[in-house]
Amino acid sequence: MQLTLWTYEGPPHIGAMRVATAMRGLHYVLHAPQGDTYADLLFTMIERHGARPPVTYTTFQARDLGADTAEIFKQAVAAAYERFRPQAMIVGASCTAELLQDDPAGLSRALGLPIPVIPLELPAYQKKENWGASETFYRLVRMLAGPPAETRPKASCNILGPTSLGFRHRDDLREVRGLLGELGIAVNVVAPLGATPADLGRLSEAAFNLVLYPEVARSAAQWLERTHGQPFVETAPIGVKGTTAFIEAVATLAGIDPSPVLSGEGSRLPWYSRSVDSTYLTGKRVFVFGDATHAVAAARVAAREIGFSVVGLGTYSREFAREVRAEAAHHGIEALVTDDYLAVEAAITAAQPELVLGTQMERHIAKRLGIPCAVISAPMHVQDVPARHAPQMGFEGANVLFDTFVHPLMMGLEEHLLAMFRDDPEFHDGVAPSHLGGRPREEAGTVVAAPVTATAPVVWSIEAERELKKVPFFVRGKARHNTERFARERALPLITVETLYDAKAHFSR
Amino acid sequence: MTAHATSLACGQKISQETRQEIRHERGQRAVFCGLTGIVWLHRKIQDAFFLVVGSRTCAHLIQSAAGVMIFAEPRFATAIIEERDLAGLADAHEELDRVVRRLLERRPDIKLLFLVGSCPSEVIKLDLGRAAARLSGDFAPDVRVLSYSGSGIETTFTQGEDACLAALVPDLTRSTDESLLVVGALADVVEDQFSRLFADLGIANVRFLPGRRAADRAPIGPNARYLLAQPFLADTARALEDRGVTRIPAPFPLGAEGTTLWLAAAASAFGIPPARVVAVTEAGRARAARALQAHRAALSGRRVFFFPDSQLEVPLARFLSREMGAELIEVGTPYLHRAHLAEDLALLPDGTAVTEGQSLDDQLDRCRAARPDLTVCGLGLANPLEAEDLPTKWSIELLFTPIQGYEQAGDLAGLFTRPLARRARLEA
Repeated sequence: MQLTLWTYEGPPHIGAMRVATAMRGLHYVLHAPQGDTYADLLFTMIERHGARPPVTYTTFQARDLGADTAEIFKQAVAAAYERFRPQAMIVGASCTAELLQDDPAGLSRALGLPIPVIPLELPAYQKKENWGASETFYRLVRMLAGPPAETRPKASCNILGPTSLGFRHRDDLREVRGLLGELGIAVNVVAPLGATPADLGRLSEAAFNLVLYPEVARSAAQWLERTHGQPFVETAPIGVKGTTAFIEAVATLAGIDPSPVLSGEGSRLPWYSRSVDSTYLTGKRVFVFGDATHAVAAARVAAREIGFSVVGLGTYSREFAREVRAEAAHHGIEALVTDDYLAVEAAITAAQPELVLGTQMERHIAKRLGIPCAVISAPMHVQDVPARHAPQMGFEGANVLFDTFVHPLMMGLEEHLLAMFRDDPEFHDGVAPSHLGGRPREEAGTVVAAPVTATAPVVWSIEAERELKKVPFFVRGKARHNTERFARERALPLITVETLYDAKAHFSR
Repeated sequence: MTAHATSLACGQKISQETRQEIRHERGQRAVFCGLTGIVWLHRKIQDAFFLVVGSRTCAHLIQSAAGVMIFAEPRFATAIIEERDLAGLADAHEELDRVVRRLLERRPDIKLLFLVGSCPSEVIKLDLGRAAARLSGDFAPDVRVLSYSGSGIETTFTQGEDACLAALVPDLTRSTDESLLVVGALADVVEDQFSRLFADLGIANVRFLPGRRAADRAPIGPNARYLLAQPFLADTARALEDRGVTRIPAPFPLGAEGTTLWLAAAASAFGIPPARVVAVTEAGRARAARALQAHRAALSGRRVFFFPDSQLEVPLARFLSREMGAELIEVGTPYLHRAHLAEDLALLPDGTAVTEGQSLDDQLDRCRAARPDLTVCGLGLANPLEAEDLPTKWSIELLFTPIQGYEQAGDLAGLFTRPLARRARLEA
């Protein structure tokens, strides 16, 4: 059993719903008790869908358990087919129905419906939402993709991965379509978002595939590569460097010269990063946590395009731990791979970052610790579906990322002023920055006191503690962290005023 | 307010005979399970923690029903059952003990812990009652541990509160004193208003279930009476009756009329003359009348359709029809407790179509065909109906918002008029 306050991912059948809801002409019959119908509101409330998800729930009850839940399932499949007349159906069980072992696959086959009915095995006690989305999409592609096409225009591709309730998938898709249009590459099918089962039958007509979100589409793309000889590009076009690498990779596969597109207008991010106002961003300590795609991309952009220091990087996507560990190694840190909210909280507390780039959960943690935070990844919140166009991908996405990462921090000029006027009554260190509500700031010491690291605690002398208080509050956390690290590395039992300044000298490189 | 003034004068005589057309429907339901009640119960009992023993779906449901994820350090969590628990590789009870220990170490402020059963824990027959007894022994006297089921195969939405309160009943202390127990979670402000009214009526010894703190264990016994403040408390009522407590039948305190009849029923049970009720409630009735007046024009003659959701549908329909002049197209309710709702049912217009249970797509067809002016439904259905140009009031707000009593009658009406007023603004 795992104690869970918040979950980063839903159960795997939610992933299947994200695929079904993204598509048209597909219906999902889910063997599940009535409470599972809450999932509708994820789509109708968070994403503001104007229609119910194309899902029929059997909603069996306790009194049905002794009788025949299998019969209820069969009736639900038959009724859903009659009412909705989909091109294809997917059928499966949620966590409770999985325990009943009613065999949705066999039961639906027995009905002999005149459409493809694809059974899903989504083990609810082992797997989670993104795995469920990936598995569902893979099963659909396997079942519905036609035979390899005879002719495939070289400059044509499919876009795989965008789903319902995906973090900015709607806006990313528009950016990527725009880039492909500039390159002169035709988009054959986008799936799952907006595709019909019939569209999946045309997947093989493209020369190659673009995997925007490996969490959802890698398995399907790998299968298409194996069986249909379609190569795929998995480079995430996030950040200027990511987008550039993506354009180059795509252009190579399509046999196109990317230079006209690369020499185009591009993004404002590089200039904004170089402009002097951004000087204060240098080396800001940032903690990154999210799904693998967004966490890795955010860490890259943070370090190489904005000039932050990545002091923490983690993901809840265990399936993609390898990629995240590799990226963490570039930043000289160890990746945190966990779906335990409490472990993430402990890691953030220990790292004392100046900015957190995370999910809604990390927003909670950061709020409690008084650290600025921006949201870069699902799980989805109604705020993550803005009315405006706000992609993560492409050159416009890079603009969005600059604003997203930088706005929560104090503006550069404001920080200079704070330093100059730090003894002014309005700016004294008991007051938090006005954009954080101006509430009295909690002593950093209360945060550090939490026994969150395995390493031995270091003791501060009263004089050193007093000296530390003279350090401006907005860099005090960093000073404390560095001094303690310095002391620990040298096994110093007590931090004195001397240690404080030794550490300052050591780290001011 | 002549209508209920009259009914007061003739001793609250309400016909017990139902003249409604009650239909039963079976099919796909679109309702929450009982776990959802945790979202308001944990706000109500301020030192209680709710630990769901269930699946990732349960954790995801509560997180989504809490919607905005507003509580940075919530007093609810899920012990997620994993493959190794099912395969017998781990002893579920040992695992649960470990999780509870970790939880209570982290939250020393917790005085009452509910182990909340779920669909999977029920199907695998995990005995949470036994676990609660064992853990209560381990953690006494600091923490009491109780259990109930919020599973979706047994409970629908508000029935989770029923199961929770029923679990509290054996824990109440015993007394032979005459007393009144008001049953059902109410906002603190509403409780305080009712406390003052009961005191003015001359009813001493009034307690509420659930109490605000774990230590608030109302004394009950054969001379206690209980008055339901919520219509979905069948099991709690049975548990109270098993302990000798007598129910005071009454309509529910929604709207001015409902509140008056509810208070009058209590007064009558305690032998307090109707004239006293009229005098004590006069100011409240007058204020409610003024507040409701502002909303009546917007709701009068409006056609309202209820999807089954909270079990509040019948008293709400009674309020909308009798006090606001709305027309009832269909009153869906997931479960109809005929005894507890007898007084409210009797006040519905003759021939009101009441539907118990649900067949979602059929009901959606009826709703679309009727094109109501206002549809009361769950969160999952609200935006799709709005997108079809059918104004909605999503019903979970009726559980989170203080709506009972005189001072909230206007707020209650406001919940129904706001969607209409909003449309009017946007279409102006």
